[in-house]
Amino acid sequence: MTLSAYLMLSAILFCIAVAGIFINRKNLIVLLMCIELMLLAVNFNFIAFSRFMGDMSGQIFVFFILTVAAAEAAIGLAILVVLFRNRRSINVGELNEMKG
Amino acid sequence: MFQTILFYLFAIVLILAALRVITEKNAVHAVLYLVLCFFNSAVLWMLIEVEFLAITLVLVYVGAVMVLFLFVVMMLEVNLAATKEGYAKYLPVALLVAGVIVVELGLVLVGGKFSEMTLANAPAITADGVGNTQFLGEQMYTNYLYPFELAAVILLIAMVAAITLTHRRRPNSKYIDPAVQISRQPEGRVVMHDIKPSDFSVPEVKDVEEAASTNEKDS
Amino acid sequence: MKAIYLAAVLFPLFGSVLAGLWGNKLGRKNSHRVTILGVGVAFAMSLLTLNHHVFGGAASFDETLYQWATIGNLTIEVGFLVDNLTAIMMCVVTSVSLMVHIYTIGYMEHDPGYQRFFSYISLFTFSMLMLVMSNNFMQLFFGWEAVGLVSYLLIGFWHTKPSAIFANMKAFLVNRVGDFGFLLGIAVVLLYFGSLHYAEVFAGLETQKETTMPLFGNDISIFTVACILLFIGAMGKSAQVPLHVWLPDSMEGPTPISALIHAATMVTAGIFMVARMSPMFELSETALSFVMIIGATTALFMGLLGIIQNDIKRVIAYSTLSQLGYMTVALGVSAYSAAIFHLMTHAFFKALLFLGAGSVIIAMHHKQDIWEMGGLWKKMPITWITSLLGTLALIGFPFFAGFYSKDAIIEATKASHIFGHQYAYWAVLLGVFITSFYSFRLYFVVFHGKPRMDEETLSHVHETPWVVTLPLVLLAIPSVIIGALSIDSMLFGGVLAEAIHVDHHHDVLHHLKEHFHDWKSFALHGFQTVPFYLAAAGFLTAFALYGINVNIGRSFGEKLKNMPVGKQLYALLDNKYGFDSFNQNVLSKGAVIIGHELWQKIDATIIDGFLVNGTSKLIGAVSAIVRKLQTGLLYHYAFAMIVGLVLALSWLLIN
Repeated sequence: MTLSAYLMLSAILFCIAVAGIFINRKNLIVLLMCIELMLLAVNFNFIAFSRFMGDMSGQIFVFFILTVAAAEAAIGLAILVVLFRNRRSINVGELNEMKG
Repeated sequence: MFQTILFYLFAIVLILAALRVITEKNAVHAVLYLVLCFFNSAVLWMLIEVEFLAITLVLVYVGAVMVLFLFVVMMLEVNLAATKEGYAKYLPVALLVAGVIVVELGLVLVGGKFSEMTLANAPAITADGVGNTQFLGEQMYTNYLYPFELAAVILLIAMVAAITLTHRRRPNSKYIDPAVQISRQPEGRVVMHDIKPSDFSVPEVKDVEEAASTNEKDS
Repeated sequence: MKAIYLAAVLFPLFGSVLAGLWGNKLGRKNSHRVTILGVGVAFAMSLLTLNHHVFGGAASFDETLYQWATIGNLTIEVGFLVDNLTAIMMCVVTSVSLMVHIYTIGYMEHDPGYQRFFSYISLFTFSMLMLVMSNNFMQLFFGWEAVGLVSYLLIGFWHTKPSAIFANMKAFLVNRVGDFGFLLGIAVVLLYFGSLHYAEVFAGLETQKETTMPLFGNDISIFTVACILLFIGAMGKSAQVPLHVWLPDSMEGPTPISALIHAATMVTAGIFMVARMSPMFELSETALSFVMIIGATTALFMGLLGIIQNDIKRVIAYSTLSQLGYMTVALGVSAYSAAIFHLMTHAFFKALLFLGAGSVIIAMHHKQDIWEMGGLWKKMPITWITSLLGTLALIGFPFFAGFYSKDAIIEATKASHIFGHQYAYWAVLLGVFITSFYSFRLYFVVFHGKPRMDEETLSHVHETPWVVTLPLVLLAIPSVIIGALSIDSMLFGGVLAEAIHVDHHHDVLHHLKEHFHDWKSFALHGFQTVPFYLAAAGFLTAFALYGINVNIGRSFGEKLKNMPVGKQLYALLDNKYGFDSFNQNVLSKGAVIIGHELWQKIDATIIDGFLVNGTSKLIGAVSAIVRKLQTGLLYHYAFAMIVGLVLALSWLLIN
């Protein structure tokens, strides 16, 4: 069980999340979940480095990431609910009001 | 050795669960697989003695965030067929991109310095006799007090934001507006009608209705 | 004494402000009362100053009164330097100004801008006093510009008259050319001396004696550069060739200001300034030669133009140009005291001549053509006598004021050795003849012969009221005696020795001093000198042509005009040597053409069309393409991000 094993696991998680964004590109909820996965991968990195290199800052950083991610999830879901209430859909393909 | 076996076991479960998250057609199932991911991650973190964050992950993510997800997913009637459209079309691109990133990161991470770093030769973070949780707590309330307070404020703001975004005023709910109550003047409440004895006609019905409706509103 | 100096400066300013801002409330009478009181106090204070410094022999006063601003090492201050030179200038300015104030009551009697006029001339008095009393270059420049401003306002006083507007614009623009040089001169002084204070600059002269500055590939002494630049300023203000063109046109303004500003005081500011800077000018013989040659050219050639003028005021205006040329020559030959002396006498007799001309103009109901006058001596005895005295002073008739100063200048020029002194000497000598000729031509044509005006005007011609004639009489007195009274002390007695520094190599007045005994013998000797015979010849020529019968001169002039050489000569003089047409056709039209071309080619095409509109068009075109990337679809943006991540990772790996 080496550092590179943890880092590799984190990389795989990240790539799965990326692939998830690609294939679930229409479903906003799954997109949000993929972002959570990505954040998890990032947290993995922080924790692995922190532990294997003996520096506490990484773990403290993770603590704050968890806080911000919780806030982000709450607001993101709130927006999602409002969006669904107004448009009766969370299909990303229909959300193109910002088209240039 | 036992630890390594455990690591690979949980890692495999984690990866499979993650894959299921992105491929699952039913959003509720996807959320449940994500919960599994977080549980596995927490276990993996515990393996390297990061107990406090592991517990936090379970409590915050699984206990709060994921429940929220589940709630939203179940509440919204999502047209699943429409959202899965183009799934097969983008799968090759997704695999290609993900594969490229994995290979590239693998080239960097596997082998070399990182492979020689193990838990055994990792430098100690905490002094003897001080646990991870205690140390993190000390840090949090001393050196990182200011960011900690900020994090609390962020959470508060997120809460307020989420409530204001989703809060709906129901049109038929009955409630009291104190401002209107206080600003009410006597002149507006009582209408004096000077009825001469010779005049037998009753005040118009419309007025009464109006008065009634205002009364209703005020109460 | 400080209070006295301040009072001299501030009283005219108060008068000006009162008459200018509350003129309508005060009414006409109170307006002239308040301004005359202001200038009267200034005159009284000037006399006290004169008494204190010149007769009392007090040391010069040099003090900063107010520090206005500090910029780095440069401090801008208001301060007074009062010595004998300043005291004399103050007296000249305030006395002539007082006379002109009184005179204006009569001259502007029916003008709707009465209060405004008084406000302006009081403001002028304030500005001129600030100029002569300043102890630093910045305040000098302030006064310099302020008198220029008032001059501009007064030339265009009758602002509904197109020719007046043209004239004041011309005066303003030509003076800007001079001021540009002046400002550069001040900049050179500041650059090398680090101070604008006269005393500090003059104290630093010795150490900078050998300093040169690179200019057009040569190393030129800073004094040559600074002095010539400062003198360019003086050329604009004192109307020296080729910046003289504005002065004849300035006669469009009312006659009192022609007397005050464009003859007696403002135009002599340049002369005063050079005299004040004498320690600097002494260090550059090149600059002195330049000054002398310009002055000599002005003295001779501007006088020639006076011969063919038909407007009573223009004749005197060209005479002013010529006399300013004399003063400039005196500066050039280092006879600064002679220049100041001539400045003083000239102020009195030229103001007298102008006011006399104004008196005639009042009587003629504002007609100025001398060929419509004639025979006025019987009708206007006081104007006639005083004008005769002024004319005699102007031509330098012995015992009159102009004689002493002008003879001193001619003698000083003769004694000079700097480059171009022969030219200057011949120019000033010939100038005497010409001055005498045009002065008496004017005198005979206006006052003698048969009246040539129509019957109705003739019947109305009478002597002007006392407010007009009183200043004439009061100015006639110094025009006659001031020269005899002050020549000894001013030229040789060392009254100006403190203010004016003359290098002993250049000290031409020293030669004069050896032959000078007293004012009587100087004047009696004057009857035997060349200038006297030249002046007499001028008088006789004028008498022969115009004195016996005006028509002889006129027909002779017509004949001369039709002769082949005379025709060209006349055309040359009539065009004023082509300065005006050169300025208007080459400089102003050239500027218009260049401006138009720059506007069309550079501004409209390149800057507007290419840079400004071109930029916006380019941005528009690029945006039209780029906006297609903005699909508004979330997954396209996500895709772009991830592709970017992959590329960045790959790039890191490859390196």
